Amino acid sequence: MAAPRIIVVGGGLAGLSAVIKIAEAGGKVDLFSIVPVKRSHSVCAQGGINAAKNLKGEGDTTDKHFDDTVYGGDFLANQTPVKAMCEAAPAIIDLLDRMGVPFNRTPEGLLDFRRFGGTLYNRTAFAGATTGQQLLYALDEQVRRHESEGKVHKYEGWEFLSAVLDSKGVARGITALDLRTMELRSFPADAIILATGGIGAIFGKSTNSVACTGSAQSAVFQQGVTYANGEFIQVHPTCIPGEDKLRLMSESARGEGGRVWVPRTAGDKRPVKQIPESGRFYFLEEWYPKYGNLVPRDIATRAIHKVVYEERLGIDGQPMVYLDLTHIDRATLDRKLEGILDIYEKFVGDDPRDVPMKIFPGMHYTMGGLWVDFNQMTNIPGIFAAGECEYQYHGANRLGANSLLSCIFGGFKAGPNALNYAKNLPAAEGDGGHASELVRQARINTQLLNNNGTENPFKLWRELGETMTKHATVIRYNQGLKQADEKIVELIDRYKNVNLADRSQWANTSFAFARQFKNMLELSRVVVQGARLRDESRGAHYKPDFPDRNDEQFLKTTKASFTGSPDGPRFDYEAVDTQYIKPRPRRYDATN
Amino acid sequence: MATRTVQFEIRRQASPDAPAVWENFEIEWRPGMNVVSAMMEIAANPVTADGRPTTPITYDSNCMEEICGSCAMRINGRARMACSALVDNLEQPIRVEPLSKFPLVRDLQVDRSVLFDNLMAVKAWVPLDGTYDLGSGPRVFPQEQEANYPLSNCISCTCCMEVCPQFNETTGFVGAATIAQVKLFNNHPTGKVLKEERLRALAGDGGIQECGFAQNCVEVCPKRIPLTNAISDVSRDVLLQKAKDFLRG
Repeated sequence: MAAPRIIVVGGGLAGLSAVIKIAEAGGKVDLFSIVPVKRSHSVCAQGGINAAKNLKGEGDTTDKHFDDTVYGGDFLANQTPVKAMCEAAPAIIDLLDRMGVPFNRTPEGLLDFRRFGGTLYNRTAFAGATTGQQLLYALDEQVRRHESEGKVHKYEGWEFLSAVLDSKGVARGITALDLRTMELRSFPADAIILATGGIGAIFGKSTNSVACTGSAQSAVFQQGVTYANGEFIQVHPTCIPGEDKLRLMSESARGEGGRVWVPRTAGDKRPVKQIPESGRFYFLEEWYPKYGNLVPRDIATRAIHKVVYEERLGIDGQPMVYLDLTHIDRATLDRKLEGILDIYEKFVGDDPRDVPMKIFPGMHYTMGGLWVDFNQMTNIPGIFAAGECEYQYHGANRLGANSLLSCIFGGFKAGPNALNYAKNLPAAEGDGGHASELVRQARINTQLLNNNGTENPFKLWRELGETMTKHATVIRYNQGLKQADEKIVELIDRYKNVNLADRSQWANTSFAFARQFKNMLELSRVVVQGARLRDESRGAHYKPDFPDRNDEQFLKTTKASFTGSPDGPRFDYEAVDTQYIKPRPRRYDATN
Repeated sequence: MATRTVQFEIRRQASPDAPAVWENFEIEWRPGMNVVSAMMEIAANPVTADGRPTTPITYDSNCMEEICGSCAMRINGRARMACSALVDNLEQPIRVEPLSKFPLVRDLQVDRSVLFDNLMAVKAWVPLDGTYDLGSGPRVFPQEQEANYPLSNCISCTCCMEVCPQFNETTGFVGAATIAQVKLFNNHPTGKVLKEERLRALAGDGGIQECGFAQNCVEVCPKRIPLTNAISDVSRDVLLQKAKDFLRG
């Protein structure tokens, strides 16, 4: 029997991790990516990757990492996979180290670790403040090695459009679009792995890269894959506001001692450096004495909102607070944080070594995603998922430096599991559904190209982003969520009237975007409707009208299924696996 | 009050065979605006400065924070990343053109896959026995990490190749970025097992001797990678390797 063929979609950390494991086990992989894989969004991760290596004599253990992760996620994550991830983490760091990731070192030549949010241990390995870049490159290099041996074929510049399903509803391949020639093709596979990242683009401006539209997730959702915990969206407390995007200012800035503050008096006119300690309100340190500036992100984000919108203490009355590193010596800052300080300097114009940075929360991470079982397979046989596009590891709030870990761990699981699945897959009947799926996709393309409407898809996208950011980020009200859903329905309707300014059949970016945008709209309904139905506050999901966690009713995974009905998705709920750690109140303000 | 605007001249080309044309755009100024955000504005309102409808511009961009390496182009004649090109720091009209040394796809989009081919040719990786658990990696002292980390920051933007007089079809020169990666992997305690192969790959035509020491590469690198140092070091190693290979017969 021929070696099974696996298709991996997405070339960030999760996708590349899966590719490496499959190639190593003798499988053949076709790797699809919109961008050259080395330019995937994982490259933007900054601060580090968690593993309880306990190299600082603190008595850290993988059990403590497990507990911090489950507690940080407000008990919404299924515990079995989280436990396995935390146990695997130390060996993953060793492997990355062997691959040549230039992690920062101690004088003895060992890996250095720093603190991150939601833990009291130095558990985060890091390569300056460009850890994601360094990890992505290490995996990219290993994939290139396998590519040179003919085990991997890359399709860079191809966009995934849909899964090909046979008459029994089993995945038999994908359809994809060559973004240069605009050629539509189907590709056979015995199993497919989606590793297509987050959905930041539905919020318009976020810390995500342009390619993070969630289009692939939405496409398979509309084909029957369940989407889980869609309402859980992480808003990162410290971003650089921008007209085009919100640039991340890593949690590692606080891990290395950065302090968040505002002037105690609204409208304090003194130059920032002349405001004495007594005039500074270090609100995170005052409100959360045990964790201080390193509370989890949802907590820090809400605190900043409170200071700015309720206490009206934002800098110069603007929605901004200081993130201050100026008390740390320049050499240390350069050794540990240079990458992010350069970003601030380049885009804002001030040197954060001299002047406190001005930051504000911004949409950052997608905790929810495609529903998968403990083997990383979705409810459609043969469709696997790994990385940010699936829901499994972070519950209601992700801890900093756990995402790189979950991407690699998820990819390492999905790869071999997909291969095993494929080995036992009976041959498809007929053509496995390829011809009919190609017809369906060609019809969508033709209709879009020939549509004679008046709506510009990029303008519609701005309206979506504004609505989503206003109603479905930090603070949520049912009335607002209802309005957001109505707005999305309106946009879906106006989308029928879309007009492409460009009808050419060569590198037509408007066409590609318009296709993605339709999928973004469908996924947005999963987010806002899921949020509306969850009448409690848990992790990143916060409703002032329901300020408490309600385990009795909502210690459950939200599962959305596409219906095609104008009312939107159908929602079901699934019990959470809490067999190892009993849910307890989540109180980062406690002092003992 | 009149709206403050920014003037752009953008070189357009519908396909590799189509003629190149210049289009002018006048875009509303916004604080902190960069060249990519101007392109996003044009996509939402694809009309030229003289009011003629046109198509959105095709260009590469992804992270918008100068780390993915996608949006390299020539801005006012200089090869650089468009996302970090703030319009307030640029003379107007801002002239935007594609990189000139790579096959053009459309408008500002070019095909830079040659860099990835070069990285494959020099085996820019650490050859692992496998990804199973083999314990911790080699010890690396902070000084070594601090020397190697800058080389590992290369974002594959290809600006160094664009500005290199020797990077052209005649020489087939691999360019500075690839040479810096050879230094990085030859420095690595495990990566150096392939050192001789990498040096031999740089010994022939298109290899390191094509470098004319114009030093444009190090001037233009957005990540300030010590490219000329890397070229000198690798150059010396290539010569030594050639001598060794000669003596071995």
